[in-house]
Amino acid sequence: MKRSDVRQFALDQTKAPIHNALLDYRRRRIVSFDVPGHKQGRGNEELAAFLGKQCLSVDVNSMKMLDMLIHPTGVIMEAEKLAADAFGADSCRFMVNGTTSAVQAMILSNCSPGDKIIMPRNVHRSAINALILARAVPIYVNPFVDKELGIPLAMSVKDVEVAIREHPDAVAVFVNNPTYYGVCPNLKEIVRIAHAADMRVLVDEAHGTHFYFQDALPVSAMDAGADMSSVSLHKTGGSLTQSSLLLLGPSMRKDGGYVHQIINLTQTTSASYLLLSSLDITRRNLALRGQKIYERVIEFANYARDEINQIGGYNAFGKERCDGDAFFAFDSCKLPLHTIKMGLSGIEIYDILRDEYDIQIEFGDMLNCLAILSVGDRPVAIERLIAALADIRFTYGKEPARHLVNEYIPPVVVMTPAEAFYAPSEQLPLAKCEGRIASESIMCYPPGIPILAPGERVTAEVLTYIRFAKEKGSRMTGTEDSAVEKLYVLTEK
Amino acid sequence: MELWFSEFHSTDFKVDFRIRKQLFGQYSDYQHIQVFDTYEFGRMLVMDNVVMLTEKDEFIYHEMIVHVPMAVHPKAERVLIIGGGDGGTLRELCRYDDLKEIVMVEIDSLVVDVAKEFFPTVATSYDDSRVTLLFEDGLRYVRRCRDMFDIIIVDSTDPFGPGESLFTKEFYGNCSHALRDGGILVNQHEGTFYHNDAEEAASTYKKTSPIFKNTFVYQAHIPVYPAGHWLFGFMSDRYHPLNDFDPDRWNARDIKTDYYNTELHRGAFALPNYVYRLLHDGVLLDQTYRRVIGDTIWPPNGDTLDAEDEDRVDIDFSEVEKNGY
Repeated sequence: MKRSDVRQFALDQTKAPIHNALLDYRRRRIVSFDVPGHKQGRGNEELAAFLGKQCLSVDVNSMKMLDMLIHPTGVIMEAEKLAADAFGADSCRFMVNGTTSAVQAMILSNCSPGDKIIMPRNVHRSAINALILARAVPIYVNPFVDKELGIPLAMSVKDVEVAIREHPDAVAVFVNNPTYYGVCPNLKEIVRIAHAADMRVLVDEAHGTHFYFQDALPVSAMDAGADMSSVSLHKTGGSLTQSSLLLLGPSMRKDGGYVHQIINLTQTTSASYLLLSSLDITRRNLALRGQKIYERVIEFANYARDEINQIGGYNAFGKERCDGDAFFAFDSCKLPLHTIKMGLSGIEIYDILRDEYDIQIEFGDMLNCLAILSVGDRPVAIERLIAALADIRFTYGKEPARHLVNEYIPPVVVMTPAEAFYAPSEQLPLAKCEGRIASESIMCYPPGIPILAPGERVTAEVLTYIRFAKEKGSRMTGTEDSAVEKLYVLTEK
Repeated sequence: MELWFSEFHSTDFKVDFRIRKQLFGQYSDYQHIQVFDTYEFGRMLVMDNVVMLTEKDEFIYHEMIVHVPMAVHPKAERVLIIGGGDGGTLRELCRYDDLKEIVMVEIDSLVVDVAKEFFPTVATSYDDSRVTLLFEDGLRYVRRCRDMFDIIIVDSTDPFGPGESLFTKEFYGNCSHALRDGGILVNQHEGTFYHNDAEEAASTYKKTSPIFKNTFVYQAHIPVYPAGHWLFGFMSDRYHPLNDFDPDRWNARDIKTDYYNTELHRGAFALPNYVYRLLHDGVLLDQTYRRVIGDTIWPPNGDTLDAEDEDRVDIDFSEVEKNGY
C-alpha cells in the first residue's frame, strides 16, 4: 500500500515555533547574566568570526520564552507536536545527543535486564552499546548476504518468524530501515508478526528520514505501524549534525512519560538551541517541500547509477536487486557501488576520491563503496563524482583481485554483551586473542557495524578479516587501544 | 551623473570602468550576465560581476589561447572547445582552413545569444560549417569521449560558479582520455598576483602536472584581467611547446594577428620567478614579499624564500599586523 500523494497534516506545518522564539529572543536584545558565558558571542571573538555572529547570538540557554528540552511545555513541546504530525507519529522527542541516544532510549525503555530482543547482527554500534547499558540479551538474526555483491541484506521475514517462535519471551524486534547500503526489509510484515506475538518493533531509521516525505521511497516505520523509530534528521534531511528525532507510534501513548524519563537519564540538560532550531526549521522545510526535494534527489541518484554503469567496471546496483525477501526494498537516494570487479576495493576508491579528487563519499569496504545523496546535492557535484569514477577506472582499474573474505561473518555468541563488557578482562595483542571471548567491539568506522561485539568468540576468520581490512586502509575503531592492535578479552579461569 | 562598474580583483583592491550605458542584464540558469558599453574598452561582457571580455582587449586572450597550440600541433584536425560561449576562441580557430571539425561545448546558451546580439566582432563564426555547438556540461561531455580530439581548449570562467568542475582533476583526467595520441590541452590558467587567483593557478598546475608528460604555463598581458597578467596552461604527452614548435610552418599560413607572433610564442613560456615559485613550490607572493610592519621588516631575512627552509612557511600577516601596531 502506498502512502497518499500528499500527506494530510493535522497541524499548520508552516509554523516553526523554536525558530520564531529565537528570532523574538534576538529582537528583544536580552541582556544575559546566565550561561553560556560567551554571551551572544561577545566573549569569544575568534569563535564568532569563524561561526558567524548570527549563529552565536542564538546559542543560548533554556529560559521561559525558549522552553526546556528536559521538560517541554512551550515552544519545544509545540515543535515536537509539529514534528510528530509531519512524520505521521503519535508523538515525537527532539534528541540532541545524536541518533545514538535515540537508539539507546528505544532499547532502554523496552528492555529490562535479562530481557531478550531480536535484532539483525549488522546493527550500528549504538544498538550493541545500548544492550550493554540495558543488560539485555540479543537474539541475533543473521542477515542474508548477497553472494555476488558481498553485502549484508536485511532480515528475512521467515528468519524473524523463526526467532519469534524460538524466543516467544522476547520483548521486541529491532529493525534497520534501511541498512547502510539502503536495503529495507519487509517492515510491514515484520510489524504484523511481531505484534501478533506481542512484541514491540523498534526501528533504527538513522538513514530513513526521507522515507517520510517521498512516495517513491520504501515505507517508513511509522507508516508500517512500528512502535518506535530513531530518525537522524541530520543525515539526509538537512538539520545540524547530532540533531535527531525519536518517534513514537500510537501504541506507545501510555508509555510516553516513561520514555521521556529514560531519555533524561542520559540526555544533556543544556540542549543546544542551534540543534533544536535546526530540527524545527528542517521539519518545516521537509513537510512543505519534501516530495519535490526528494523527487529531485532520486532523479540525481538514478541518473548517476545509469551513467556509472555505462562507464563499465562498476556495478551501481539498486532496485533491480529487490527480491521480495531480505532485499525487500531499496532506498533510491543511496548510491552504492560494487567496485571489486575492476580490481579496486571500495575503501581504495573511497581514499582515491578524497585524496586525488577532493570528493568525500560516505564509506568504502572490501568490495563496495557508498555515496549518499541528500537535500544538499546539485548537478555539478553529481557530474564531478561520475567523471572522477570514470577517470579512476581508466587510470587505476586493473584485473579483479580474488577477494579474501565475505562481508558478513556469522558471530559466535557466547554470552550477552553486558556480561562480557563487565566481566574481568585482560588486554592482549590481536594475534593472541584467537579462541578467546571479546569484551569490547571492533569495527570499521564508517559504517560502524561491529565485526566483533562483546561476548563473541574471536575466531580465526574474524582476525583475518580485521587484518585484511586494515591492510586495505579501513579506519578501525571500537577498542580501548587507539591503534586497534590490542583487544580486551575475558580472562580465562 | 556618472555610472561606474567596479570589479574586485581581491577583497581589498578593485578597478572601475566608466559606463556609458548598460545594454543587457539577466540571470540565466547558471549565472548573471551583463553587457556594458564602457568609455575605455568598448562593449564589455560581465558574468557574476567578473569581467569576461572587452572589445578592446579580447584579441589578446583569444589569440593566445588558440595560436599557441595550433602552432605546435603539426596536423590538428579535430578541436574541442569547452566553454568559450562568446565565440572569440571559435573565431580564431576558424581561421585555420585545414581544421575539419570544431566541437564547442558551452553550458549556458544565453552566453551565446548575448554574444551574437552584442558582440558581432567576436561571435563571427557560429555559422561555419565545421562547427558543432552543444549546450551541455563540459565535464559530462568530455568523460564520454575517447581518442577524439587533437586539441582541447578550455576557455572557462573562474573556478567559482559554473566553471567549477573545469578546474578539477576529474576534468583534466578525462580530457587526457579524450585526446588523440599526440593531443594538446590548453586551458585558461588564472592569474598569479592576487591571493585567490594564485591559489587556483597553483592548484590547477598541481592537478595537471601528474597527468601529462609535458605541463607548461605561458603568459599574456591582458589589461582588464587582474594585474593585467594572465596565464594559460599547455599540456601534452607528446609535444613540447618550444622544441616541437615550427615558426616557419606557422608563418607560412599568413594569419594576420594583433598580439601573437612566433617570437612572442617563445617568450611567453619564460615566467617571472615568483610565478615559477608559485607553480612549483606553491609559494604565494602574499606570503613572501618583504614589507614594513610596525618597526620591522617582514619576513625578517631576505633568504626566507628558500623552498627548502621549513621555517619559511605560512607567516600569518594578519596576526603580525595586529600585534605589530
